[in-house]
Amino acid sequence: MKYSIFSIARNALTHHKNWPQQWRSPEPKPEYDVIVIGGGGHGLATAYYLAKEHGITNVAVLEKGWLGGGNTARNTTIVRSNYLWDESAAIYDKSLQLWEGLSQDINYNVMLSQRGVLNLAHNLGDVREGVRRVNANRLNGVDAEWLDADGVKEFCPIINISKEARHPVLGATLQRRGGVARHDSVAWGYARAADARGVDILQNCEVTGILRDGGKVTGVQTSRGTIKAKKVAIVTAGHSSVVAAMADIRMPVESHPLQALVSEPIKPVIDCVVMSGAVHVYVSQSDKGELVMGAGVDSYNSYGQRGSFHVIEHQLGACLELFPIFSRVRMMRSWGGIVDVCPDASPIISKTPVDGLYVNCGWGTGGFKATPGSGWAFAHTIARDEPHKLNAPFSLDRFTTGALIDEHGAAAVAH
Amino acid sequence: MSRRLQPDSTERINRQKPLRFTFNGKNYRGYEGDTLASALLANDVHLLGRSFKYHRPRGIVAAGAEEPNSMVQLARGAETEPNIRATQISLFEGLEAASVNVWPNVEYDISAVNGLFAKIFTAGFYNKTFMWPKSFWMKLYEPVIRRAAGWGKAPTTSDPDIYDHMHVHADVMIVGAGPSGLSAALQAGRAGARVILVDEQAELGGSLLGLKREIDGKASGDWIEAAAKELQGIPEVTVLTRSTAFGYYDQNYLCVLEQKTDHLPLAERKGRVRQRVWHVRAKNVILATGAHERPLVFADNDRPGVMLAGAVQTYVNRYGVLPGKRMVLFTNNDGAYEAALDMQAAGAQIAAIIDCREDASGPLVQTATDAGIKILQGHAITGVKGTKRAKAVEVRRIQKGAKVFTSAAQEIDCDLVAMSGGWSPVVHLFSQSQGKLEYIEEKACFVPGSPVQKQIFAGSINASFGLQACLKEGAKAGAEAAKDAGFEGEGSASFKVQEPAEGSIEPFWIVPGGRPIGEGPAKHFVDFQNDSTAADIELATREGFESVEHIKRYTLTGFGTDQGKTSNINALAILSGILDKPIPKVGTTTFRPPYTPVSYGALAGRNLKDWSDPIRLTSIHDWHVEAGAEFENVGQWKRPWYYPKAGEDMQASLNRECRAVRQSVGVLDASTLGKIDIRGKDAAEFLNRIYTNAWSKLGVGRVRYGLMCHEDGMVFDDGTTARLAEDRFLMTTTSGNAAIVLDWLEEYLQTEWPELEVYCTSVTEQWTTVSIAGPKSRELLKKIAPDMDLSNDAFPFMSFQEGDVAGLQARVFRISFTGELSYEINVPWTSGKALWEAVMEAGAEFDITPYGTESMHVLRAEKGFIIVGQETDGTTTPQDLGMDWIVSKKKPDFIGKRSYTREDTAREDRKQLVGLLTENPAEILPEGAQLVFDKEAAVPMPMVGHVTSSYYSATLGRSIALALVKGGHGKQGGTVYAPLKNRTLTAEIVDPVFYDKEGEKLNG
Amino acid sequence: MLNIECPWCGERHETEFHYGGEAHIARPESPEALSDEEWADFLFMRKNSKGLFFERWCHSNGCRRWFNVARNTVTHEIVAVYKMGEKPPSLVKGGKS
Repeated sequence: MKYSIFSIARNALTHHKNWPQQWRSPEPKPEYDVIVIGGGGHGLATAYYLAKEHGITNVAVLEKGWLGGGNTARNTTIVRSNYLWDESAAIYDKSLQLWEGLSQDINYNVMLSQRGVLNLAHNLGDVREGVRRVNANRLNGVDAEWLDADGVKEFCPIINISKEARHPVLGATLQRRGGVARHDSVAWGYARAADARGVDILQNCEVTGILRDGGKVTGVQTSRGTIKAKKVAIVTAGHSSVVAAMADIRMPVESHPLQALVSEPIKPVIDCVVMSGAVHVYVSQSDKGELVMGAGVDSYNSYGQRGSFHVIEHQLGACLELFPIFSRVRMMRSWGGIVDVCPDASPIISKTPVDGLYVNCGWGTGGFKATPGSGWAFAHTIARDEPHKLNAPFSLDRFTTGALIDEHGAAAVAH
Repeated sequence: MSRRLQPDSTERINRQKPLRFTFNGKNYRGYEGDTLASALLANDVHLLGRSFKYHRPRGIVAAGAEEPNSMVQLARGAETEPNIRATQISLFEGLEAASVNVWPNVEYDISAVNGLFAKIFTAGFYNKTFMWPKSFWMKLYEPVIRRAAGWGKAPTTSDPDIYDHMHVHADVMIVGAGPSGLSAALQAGRAGARVILVDEQAELGGSLLGLKREIDGKASGDWIEAAAKELQGIPEVTVLTRSTAFGYYDQNYLCVLEQKTDHLPLAERKGRVRQRVWHVRAKNVILATGAHERPLVFADNDRPGVMLAGAVQTYVNRYGVLPGKRMVLFTNNDGAYEAALDMQAAGAQIAAIIDCREDASGPLVQTATDAGIKILQGHAITGVKGTKRAKAVEVRRIQKGAKVFTSAAQEIDCDLVAMSGGWSPVVHLFSQSQGKLEYIEEKACFVPGSPVQKQIFAGSINASFGLQACLKEGAKAGAEAAKDAGFEGEGSASFKVQEPAEGSIEPFWIVPGGRPIGEGPAKHFVDFQNDSTAADIELATREGFESVEHIKRYTLTGFGTDQGKTSNINALAILSGILDKPIPKVGTTTFRPPYTPVSYGALAGRNLKDWSDPIRLTSIHDWHVEAGAEFENVGQWKRPWYYPKAGEDMQASLNRECRAVRQSVGVLDASTLGKIDIRGKDAAEFLNRIYTNAWSKLGVGRVRYGLMCHEDGMVFDDGTTARLAEDRFLMTTTSGNAAIVLDWLEEYLQTEWPELEVYCTSVTEQWTTVSIAGPKSRELLKKIAPDMDLSNDAFPFMSFQEGDVAGLQARVFRISFTGELSYEINVPWTSGKALWEAVMEAGAEFDITPYGTESMHVLRAEKGFIIVGQETDGTTTPQDLGMDWIVSKKKPDFIGKRSYTREDTAREDRKQLVGLLTENPAEILPEGAQLVFDKEAAVPMPMVGHVTSSYYSATLGRSIALALVKGGHGKQGGTVYAPLKNRTLTAEIVDPVFYDKEGEKLNG
Repeated sequence: MLNIECPWCGERHETEFHYGGEAHIARPESPEALSDEEWADFLFMRKNSKGLFFERWCHSNGCRRWFNVARNTVTHEIVAVYKMGEKPPSLVKGGKS
C-alpha cells in the first residue's frame, strides 16, 4: 500500500483496521544469496540497495533484538557531509544526496529537516581548521560557508557570543544542507522498502557463528538455526569486533559508550543544529520540542550501552555557556549507545580476508548521517565483490599501508 | 467555591499560614503544605492543561511524580520554568503559574480542532504523509508541526540562580522515606552506620502521609514525626527532603537532586543555592521507592475529574481537600475501596463503586457494603460524559471475553471518578542499575529480580503493599545493610499496626465499551500526555510492530515528561493481550535516568564560565593586561596575542613588533612553553627513543631541537632540550601539549621501558621564561647580566648558562625561534615579573618592544619554522616537513621509525611543506585556502594541499605563506592556485625559508 | 562514574584517572624486523573484548602511576587491579574474555 494522505483518509473510514504490516515476520529460509548481519539503519539500507540497485532480492537481514534498536535508536539524528578529507566528503555527500530524496524513494517520511549545521570554532586553531574545511568542502562541491561570530549570532540568535566566555565563539562553519532526520523512521522505512522488494527481515535472530569452507564463507549459525549464504555482510556497529571474531578476523576498532540526552519538550527556541567538537556540545531541537544533545565519547571500552554521569554534567556546563537560557530547562531522558571507533575516526567498508565476507563498521559518532550512503556503497561492494570508488579508500588494508583518513583533524594547537 | 474540608488531625497543611497564588491570571488561596495541585483542587479547579496531539482538556490525575497531565509554566521572566508538575510544586506566597501550550487559553483552546481530525492523527501518521510535494515538507508541513510542538517555554534570559554539587560516601543510602525507608533508616542509623535518606517530597512519610493509620498506638503522622526527630538526633544520619534520587549508576553511584529553594517565595531565594546535585557512592543501597497506582484504560478515561483512587485519598487526608462531591470509584482491587470510604467520611457522596471483578469479598468490600455504598460488581465504566469536567459515567455489565459490551448501559451522575488498576512498584532506579524485573501474577505487577549491585529492596517496591510489611521489611533491610557495612545493631523490629487487609486484585487491562476500540468517538487513553490510545497500540501491532520498544516508539507511549510512569505497564499488558503472549514474555521496557527531570543548571553545577575549565596565567600576565595586550587562548593559557598601541590596528601592531625584533630587540613572554625536567642515568637513552634524532653525544651545557612522533610516524610535538648535566635534561614542549607530552613520556617509561632509570617532573610553572630576540639582545642582556660572558665563543648558539640576571638566579638559553640572536631567560616563577620589568627598563634605550604570539608566528614563518598543529595535523611526517635531517638513520629504533617505510608513508608524492609567494605581493593567502594545480578543473576539483600559515611580512615587504603541497619538495618554482569563494589567487612554490637563508642573523 | 582501585592509592573516582586501552600489548623488540602487516597489527588491531577485558589506566590526577585493570565491559564490574609488569590474574568469574 502506497502511503499518502489519501491512504490515511481511506483507512480512517475503516477505522484503520486494514493497514498491512510494514514488513513481514517470515521464517528463515535455508539459504540466501546474501545475509546481512545487523538490522540497524546501515544493515537495512544495505539490504534495500542490494535489492534496488543490484537486483539481489534473496537477502535476509538478521537482527538479534528489534530492528533499529542499537545506535539507530540512540543517536542525535544529525545529518551533514562537511568532512575535511576528499574521501570522506565524497561518501558523506553521496549519503546526503540520498537523504534528500529518501522519503520519496522509500515512500516513508524520514522527516529530513535541512535546517543547517553550525560547527563552532573557539580558538584560532579551530578557526584555521574551520576555514580549511569550508574551502575543501567548496572545492569538493559540498555546500559550506564560514560565519564570523556575528554571523553565527544571526543564524542562531540564542547563542552566546560574548568574548568573555571561557571558550568564546570566534566563528563557525555552516552547512545549510545539513540538519536532522527522524531516526526510527529511517530504520522502519528501509525495512518496509526492503521487505517490499523481497528481503526477509528476521528479528530475534542472533548470529552465534560464521560458517566457512576453507577461506570462503558458507553461512551463519543463529539462534533460529543454521542459515546458508553465498555472501555474509557484517554491519553490527559496536559489536563488530565480536562478530568479526566469529570468522577469526581482528578489527582495528574499539567500542566505547556514547551518551545523549533530551530535555522536556519546550516551544521552539533553536532552529538549527549547533555542534562544538571542542567543548563537546551537539544540540538541536526535535519536531516534538525536545532539545536533543550529544555528549563526548566515554574514554573506556564498553558494551554496556551506558556511560559515566560526569561526562553528561561536564557537557551541560559547556552547553550552558553557549546557551545560557537552557539553565532552567530540564533533562528528561539520557541514554548511551556503543560506538565502534577506528584509530583514524573513519569507517571501514571493506572486503575481508575471508571470501564472501564483508564488513561495514567503525563509524564512531558519525554513523547515522551515513546510513543511506553506507548502505549504498556496501551493497555495491557485496554485489560486485569489489568496492565502489566511494568506499575503496575505506578498506581494511589502509591500516597496513598507512593511508589513514584522519578525521580527528589537527591535534590541539600547540605553540 | 472552596473544597477545603474542616481541619482534621491527619492533614499536613498549616492553616495558620494562608498563601496567595495565581493560576492563569486568576487569584487563589491555599495553605503552607499544599502543592499547587492540592490548592487548585481546593479551589475546585480541575482543568489544568491540554493534551499533546488532540488538545483535549486535562486535569490532575495523581498526587506526585507520576502525574502525566498537569504541567504548568511556573513563575515569569528570568525565573520562569516550563513543564513543572503541579503535583510536585510546593505552594509559596506569590506563586504564579499558567497552563502550557494552549491558545488563547486552557478553557478555549483553538488547537482542540485537532480532535476533529483524530481519525487521521493515528500513531505513525507522520511517517505516511507530508511527502508530497517534496518541497512542502520544509516550507509548510514541518514548520506547522514545530509550532504546535513543545509544552512550556524556556526563559529568554540567563538564569539568576546558582547550583551546587556535593560528593559524599555512605554506608547505607536509602531512597524513599515512606514507612519502609523510615524504618530502614532508623534501624541502620541506630546501628551507627553512615546513612543518607532521601525523599522527593517536602516532608518524610511518603504514602503514609495520605493515609489514616496507627503505628504502635500512635497516629501515623505522629509516628513519622517521632521517627524524623530521632533521625535528626543521630549524627551519622543525613536526611534530605525535596531530594529526588534520579540516577542509579554502576558501582552504587547515585545522583540526587535536592531542591533547596524552590518552595520559597522568589524574594527569599536570592543569594542561595537553588538546587544541589548530590553524588553518592554507597556501600549499600536500600530502595524503598514505593509504588505508583495505575489508571484503568476505559473510554474517555482522560476527562478532568478522573483521578487515581490513591491520589483522591491523599488529597482528602493529607491536604484536607475534597476533589469532588459525588464520586464514582472504578477498581479492579480491594485496596481502592478505602478511597471511597475516606471520601465518604469526608462528606462526599459515593454514587457507586464499579468493581470489574465478579465476586470481590475482602474486608474492605464488606466495610463499603456496610457503609451503604452501592457496589456494582462485574461492571465497568464504558464512557465518561463531560468534556472539561466529568459529569457522569456510562456503566455496563461486563461480558467476559467480549470485545464489545452489548449489555445495557446505565448512566451515573458524578463529578469525580476515582480509578485504580492496581499498583506498579517504582522499579525505575533498580532498572537503571541494570537489574532485571520479574512479574508477579497474583499482584499483577513487576518487582525487582535479583540484586545486581549491593542493594536491598524494601516495602511496596517488592509488592509488599501493607504498612506492617513495609515497616518490617524496612527494618530488616536497614539492619542488614548496616551489618554489611560493619555496624551491628538490632536485627529486627516489630510494629503494631492498624490497617485494612490488603485484599486481592484481578487485572483488567483494557475495558471495552459499546463499540469496538478505535471506532466511534471515544478514546481509551494509555499515555495521557502523548495521547497514545489502546487503538494506537492495536494499529502498531497490526502494522507489524511487535517489540515493546517498537510499540513505544511508534505510538510515543512512555516518551512524555512523565516517562510513562502510569502508562508503561498498561501498554505492555495491552500488547500482551493483542499478541496473546504472557506479560513477562512480551518483555519490559528499560527505564533510563533521570527518574524525574533535572534542570541543566543543576547538572552543570558550578562548572560554568571561568570555572568550567581552569585558566592559566603567567607571572607577567598583569603587565600584559596593563600594556593593553589582546589575548588568545592556547590550551588553558592566556597568551598575549599582540600589543596594539592607540590607533593601531592588528596589522600595524604586528608590523611594528616584527620590525623591532628584526632591527633592535623584542621581548616575548614564553613562560607557557612546557618544561619537563628529565633525570636519571638512562635519560639520554630515553631521549634517543622518544625523539627522532640522537641525544647521547649532546654535551652538557648544550641544547638541541627535537621532533617527537607517535608510533604511526606522525609528528606530534617539538621543542628544544638542554643537557643540564650528564644525567639531567630540561625538555621544552609546545604550550598546548605540555601535559600530553609528560603523560606520553610517563606512559613509555612505566609501561614499555620500566628498566630505564629516568624520572620526569613538570617544571613549567617553576620557571618564568622571558625571551629577548633581535640584534640588540646581546647588548641588552649584557646590561642586566654583567657577569656573564656573552661572546659567541663562550656562549654559542644552542647552549645555555646559569648565572645572575637582574639580580635573579637564572638559566639563560641561547636558542632562537625568530632567526635573530636570541636568549631565553628563565628565572623562578615568582620572580618573573621582576625580570620582565628589569628587561623592559634595560631595553628602553633600544626601544624594546613586547611582542605577542602572532608576531612570533610571523617571525618564525619568515624562517620556515613549523608550528605543531598548524603545519602538522596528525597526518604529517618529519620527512613531509623537509626535516629528514632530524631523523636519525643510525639509531636502530625510536618511536615512529618503523612506520616511515609503510607503503603510503613512504610515498614520494605526499603533501610536503613548501613556501608560497603570491603573484601579487600585496595579496595574503587565507590560511586554510585549498590549493590546486589545475584552476580550470571541474568540481570536485583535485586538491593538492592547503595553506598552513600565511602572513604579511613587514620585513620582506610582502606576503608569505607556508603550505603543504602534494610532491611539493620537487616542485620548487612551480605554480599553484588557491580558488577562493570569489576569486582565484596564484602563487609560486618556493623554499619555506624566506629570510636569512644562511642563518647569519643568529649571531647578531 | 567508575570506582577504580588504584593499587597505590586505593579507591578513587574515575575522574582521577586516564584510560590507556588494552593491556599487555608489548611494543615489539625489533619493529624493523616486522612486516607491514605485523606492524599494523601492533599499531591498530585490538581485542575489544565483550566481557572480561584487561586494560590500562593511569592515576593521572593522583600518583600518576600506570596499572592494569581486569574489567567486565558489559557490567563494568572491576574484577582485579594489578601493577604494571604483573601477569593478569587467573580469573574464573567475570565473563568470557
